[in-house]
Amino acid sequence: MIDALTGVLLIPAVGAALLAALPGYRLTARLNVLAALATFLTAVSLFVVEPRSGPYLLVDDLNKVFIVLTTFVSFTTAMFSASYIGHEIDIGRLTPTFVRFYHAMYQVLMFAMNLALVANNIGLMWVAIETATLTTVLMVGIYRTHEALEAAWKYFILGSVGIALALFGTILVYMAARPVVGEGLYAMVWTVLVTRAAEFDPALLNVAFVFLLLGYGTKVGLAPLHAWLPDAHAEGPTPISAVLSGLLLNVALYALLRFKMLLALNPAALAPGPLMVTMGLISCVFAAFMLYRRRDIKRMFAYSSIEHMGIIVFAFGMGGPLANFAGLLHMTMHSLTKSAIFFTVGHIAQVKGTQKIADLGGLTVTHPVLGWGLVLGVVAIAGLPPLGIFMSEFLVVSSTFARQPWLATILVLGILVALGGLFLRLNGVAFGEPRGPATPAQASYVPMFAHLSIVFMAGIYLPPALVTGFENVAKLLG
Amino acid sequence: MHGLQFDVAHLLAGSLVLVSFMLLYQDRLYALLNVYAAHAAVLAASVTWQAYVQDAPHLYVTASIALIFKAIIIPIVLHRIIVKLGIHREIETVVGVGLTMLGGIGLVALSMVVMLRVTPGADPLAREDLAFALSVVLIGLLVMVTRRNAVSQVVGFMSLENGLVLAATGAKGMPLVVEISVAFSVLIAFIVIGIFLFRIRERFDSVDMQALDRFRGERR
Repeated sequence: MIDALTGVLLIPAVGAALLAALPGYRLTARLNVLAALATFLTAVSLFVVEPRSGPYLLVDDLNKVFIVLTTFVSFTTAMFSASYIGHEIDIGRLTPTFVRFYHAMYQVLMFAMNLALVANNIGLMWVAIETATLTTVLMVGIYRTHEALEAAWKYFILGSVGIALALFGTILVYMAARPVVGEGLYAMVWTVLVTRAAEFDPALLNVAFVFLLLGYGTKVGLAPLHAWLPDAHAEGPTPISAVLSGLLLNVALYALLRFKMLLALNPAALAPGPLMVTMGLISCVFAAFMLYRRRDIKRMFAYSSIEHMGIIVFAFGMGGPLANFAGLLHMTMHSLTKSAIFFTVGHIAQVKGTQKIADLGGLTVTHPVLGWGLVLGVVAIAGLPPLGIFMSEFLVVSSTFARQPWLATILVLGILVALGGLFLRLNGVAFGEPRGPATPAQASYVPMFAHLSIVFMAGIYLPPALVTGFENVAKLLG
Repeated sequence: MHGLQFDVAHLLAGSLVLVSFMLLYQDRLYALLNVYAAHAAVLAASVTWQAYVQDAPHLYVTASIALIFKAIIIPIVLHRIIVKLGIHREIETVVGVGLTMLGGIGLVALSMVVMLRVTPGADPLAREDLAFALSVVLIGLLVMVTRRNAVSQVVGFMSLENGLVLAATGAKGMPLVVEISVAFSVLIAFIVIGIFLFRIRERFDSVDMQALDRFRGERR
């Protein structure tokens, strides 16, 4: 029986097999977009007909939000990727064989991320996240330059260590569940775990959560475990930077949130909130200051991702319906905005032939659409009104001010420092003296402006259905 | 659980920690690979014993994967790669052997304190296994940190995964899906690494991470 739940897994799996077999990048790029679109439509249908959850796959309000966001950004990124890869082939940076490999890997990555989101089994979720990591390692190293290989190697080593720690945490959760639930499969099933979590051994759960936080936290890119993230973003193909920032970090965050829910249900276990708040704040402030010294534009936006993941983890760490709502909204807005920025930056780097900030200048004069797109994206990501991120950041800050004014002050400091850093660089890149070639870009502007217009709309008006949906999830998160 | 069964399981898990220590001070790649093969063999013995004691036949699969794949095939392949690359010379360790060993002892003490304190309720075998497994994981991390050479970092990572397998088998009745996935992920990880090593050699004629570290990303 094939329902929407298996659909979001089956379509990318079949897509990957097909794309690995078919030659010709024009055809495969289109197929890639089609497969991503089909997955997205299947994901949307989860809201209409909710399939039953089994011992392996699960669907609830929380993961529906993540799945739809993931498949939507995957779809738009596939569209961007089609024009991006076309250019890479034209200039001979990628050979057709590598492009075939790239497209197959793209679908494998979609499969792994969807599997991580729908898995009802903590072991299965771990396997999915590990697969996603290995796939992205291969894609980051695809250009095979000195820098790309070092970035991929660093990502591989740090990612594996994180994943290993997460597995140890997973085993500990099983150990905690075993005396209560009994041996075997059901001691690893979410829906069973959450009903019995109150009876688990709290000490074991505490240690497990520390390992899970460090393990999956590495994948979220929390400081001080973030070292892989800027390299991986800067050296891989830009569609992968967009997927990494926009989606993969969210998937790791989703795993963390699930385990946080588990801990919250056990009254004797330690409160996971303060740990997450601390790591979130450190990441936010640290990354904000790091923004000032960047010379590579993709690397700069990678640090901005660390900053925003810090804010999101902070919001979820604070907990409560309002902060959770703000965290969810911020996560959605960040995914959309950051991937839009990477779409723009990808095209800019292609027309100018460089990613160095010093060699970019006067983009609004030479390439008005790309230049103003970048300006709009940076205005959005810096959190200026009236765009979506302003609203979510405002919610995070205001809900924190009511409870912990000091923490909110530090957070605001981080946000403002980041804003300064971003605008300092944007000024030179977008305005200033025009530099580099002024040949018109062969870009597809649709994905970029689709994302930015959603972010713009969200800043002004949130549909009531979305608000109630997010409120339900926020309550679920506790 | 009979006294003898417990003692043997304890002995094998303890030996794994001991072999982990031996990984720490090997200063030649060949020797390091041989010790890693011994590490995997001890793991296989330990998993076999667990399979027998727990009466869990699926664990024999995990044990044979550990023996055939990790203890025999991987060391042989890595030997070949080392010969091909011509790097069978000394490993440069970052800090001295003495300090590294002290660090290892500290990590074992840490994992004993953490794991034994939080698991008074669990059955004794699982407790000790978890404590030993955590030691192996942490020493594996230490190996990765103290080595500069890509091959020895990979060995450190594989010893770390051995510790995870020990933990997974110690947790009684853990579903097979995880064990296979652990073994499988080692396989994938190894393929990835293999590709990497070849690419790295192709590009730089070196697998010394120090050579890679020249690139800091922000320099112009």
